[in-house]
Amino acid sequence: MRHIISLLMENEAGALSRVAGLFSARGYNIESLTVAPTEDPTLSRMTIVTSGSDDVIEQIIKQLNKLIDVVKVLDLNDGKFIERELMLVKVKATGAFREEMKRMCDIFRGRIIDVADGTFTIELTGSGHKLDAFIESLDKAAILETVRTGASGIGRGDRILKV
Amino acid sequence: MSDTAHSHQITGAEIVIRCLEQEKVKFVFGYPGGAVLHIYDAIYNQDHFKHILVRHEQAAVHAADAFSRATGEVGVALVTSGPGATNAITGIATAYMDSIPLVVISGQVPVPAIGLDAFQEVDMVGVTRPCVKHNFLVKDVKDIAVTMKKAFHIARTGRPGPVVVDIPKDITAHLSAFIYPDTVEMRSYNPVTKGHSGQIKKAVKLLLEAKRPMVYTGGGVVLGDASDALIKLVKALGVPVTNTLMGLGGYPSTDKQFVGMLGMHGTYEANMAMQECDVLLAVGARFDDRVIGNPQHFFSKSRTIIHVDIDPSSISKRVKVDVPIVGDVKSVLAEMNELVATEAPKQSPALKAWWEQIEAWRGKLCLNYDNNNGLIKPQYVIEKLWEVTKGEAYVTSDVGQHQMWAAQYYKFDQPRRWINSGGLGTMGVGLPYAMGCQFADPTAQVACVTGEGSIQMNIQELSTCKQYHLPIKVILLNNRYLGMVRQWQEFFYENRYSESYMDSLPDFVKLAESYGHVGMQITKPEDVEGALKEAFDMKSRFVFMDFITDQKENVFPMIAAGKGLSEMILSNNIGAEDL
Repeated sequence: MRHIISLLMENEAGALSRVAGLFSARGYNIESLTVAPTEDPTLSRMTIVTSGSDDVIEQIIKQLNKLIDVVKVLDLNDGKFIERELMLVKVKATGAFREEMKRMCDIFRGRIIDVADGTFTIELTGSGHKLDAFIESLDKAAILETVRTGASGIGRGDRILKV
Repeated sequence: MSDTAHSHQITGAEIVIRCLEQEKVKFVFGYPGGAVLHIYDAIYNQDHFKHILVRHEQAAVHAADAFSRATGEVGVALVTSGPGATNAITGIATAYMDSIPLVVISGQVPVPAIGLDAFQEVDMVGVTRPCVKHNFLVKDVKDIAVTMKKAFHIARTGRPGPVVVDIPKDITAHLSAFIYPDTVEMRSYNPVTKGHSGQIKKAVKLLLEAKRPMVYTGGGVVLGDASDALIKLVKALGVPVTNTLMGLGGYPSTDKQFVGMLGMHGTYEANMAMQECDVLLAVGARFDDRVIGNPQHFFSKSRTIIHVDIDPSSISKRVKVDVPIVGDVKSVLAEMNELVATEAPKQSPALKAWWEQIEAWRGKLCLNYDNNNGLIKPQYVIEKLWEVTKGEAYVTSDVGQHQMWAAQYYKFDQPRRWINSGGLGTMGVGLPYAMGCQFADPTAQVACVTGEGSIQMNIQELSTCKQYHLPIKVILLNNRYLGMVRQWQEFFYENRYSESYMDSLPDFVKLAESYGHVGMQITKPEDVEGALKEAFDMKSRFVFMDFITDQKENVFPMIAAGKGLSEMILSNNIGAEDL
């Protein structure tokens, strides 16, 4: 099953490699991994999207907690949560395509953030499924380039991951 | 404080030395080189600890590791950058797999040179990351003291392990005040020590009500100094107990409640009792592949498992457990003892029947061997070693058949006496391990049980032993084969002995003599005991004993890889299913 794991770790050199190394050394899947400092610059917040049986997920959480730099770990799937991912897509926008692209972008509540002769760059935020759906709905030949951030997640209501 | 601090500026190298002094380090095992020259200069001017000059950095880490295994203190090794650092890796990985507390200080190229492929540069923090508990790269002289404090703290607390501190050369020349922190505060590292009381109560209740209880303990009992608490509990409950390879000595081997080591080369009675018990108490052990074999086979019998371990990630990793207890094994066992004392356990008829069953298994005499073919049997050498040393020696081993025979036939009655590489299975540890033990206990009898393959992997340390007059006794069980490889080739590869014959061996007697040691070769069974006595009577001499043993001898019992605990092979012709 797909799990989203959130963690806080010391914002130190090499911290990311400890997490990435753990996943590769123990053969765990990483679907995506995002990381950036928090409002407290000594801490980094990481969101890892992974998948595995309950036993594997239990081990992943334990192994992450065992890393000396990791302060707190939360399996967001243990409760209600929200996930969002950002995608930038560069598409062909010539002739009839131009109007079609604008319309699709509006339907998915994306924004055109760069306009050039023959191309649009569209910004789209949402769950991974929504971003997938947008890609599916475009003519493959129109897609010039895509870039996705991977999911960020946060618990709903008073589920708070903080030191 | 700042006035004092400013008036006492010392170099980073001197700070390193002062940190080791503050940690009451007695020995540093190391090898100098360019990146650590400032540190070695500071060592020259101090007398707080003794530096032991090894002949290869791998041996420095192994010796520090054995010093720690023998004493319980944090072992310290010092190596230079680049090849010095990479030579240390096998030692670090060995300590990591067996949870041995070490601080390994490695030199690094100067900070401005890092990343430029400088001479003798290697990314030590990157290279060691998968085989350390934690590691640090110090980039400011002001951070040395606090980093060293953290390194020792992390190494010795929780589930212990090696910590690498990588220090660039320029940092060791920079000046700073020395302020060693009294305590360490780390929001990200606070290992649990006290077990959950409710879980402990539940565990004791299960053990008292069990019909076929069994206790299985590992290296955690030895590392956690929990041997006395374990003995008390096992005695009070009247239950059988087995130790893993790493746990030997955690419970006295000569006691009648001890059923021997378990696992791939464990005794018939220990493995059968593991398989057939109804309540299993696992303490400081991790159900690894060499211990319970195939987990599916293990689950073919149902039992309730209580697992006590300091490391939550060791619990339910390979085997799902029913009552997990995360905590320091000594404190958890002490709490169990208090509860058992108030419950006053009685010897139930079920427990009596269970012991009768165990005695029946014991009656197979699975460690018996044929000793009548005129050749020296390796098992016989170990039995005599045990007699001659009165079971009190530190016994180190390398890896292979000789290691298993030492584990099976030397009856360890005390913890921290059996020193071997259980997890990583590192050939070449034996001699440097013996050095570490001898430094830890200079007047003790130290025996290095080894094979002709393993001993040659760190044979250069004969020179270190000469320099420091270490009266180690090397017990070489020389069968001219990489014996364990040969055994597997015999069983599973139709006797195709691919590259397992050791041709062109040196004359070990002359080799030992060339280092100024005593060399002996023993070829007849009747000479074994006398030679051992003679060697151990030479209390101040290093004696290299080359026992020419039966080439065909195999280690039994044996569970083939992937098989279950009760699927043992008991001799060349007899499988457990035949019994």
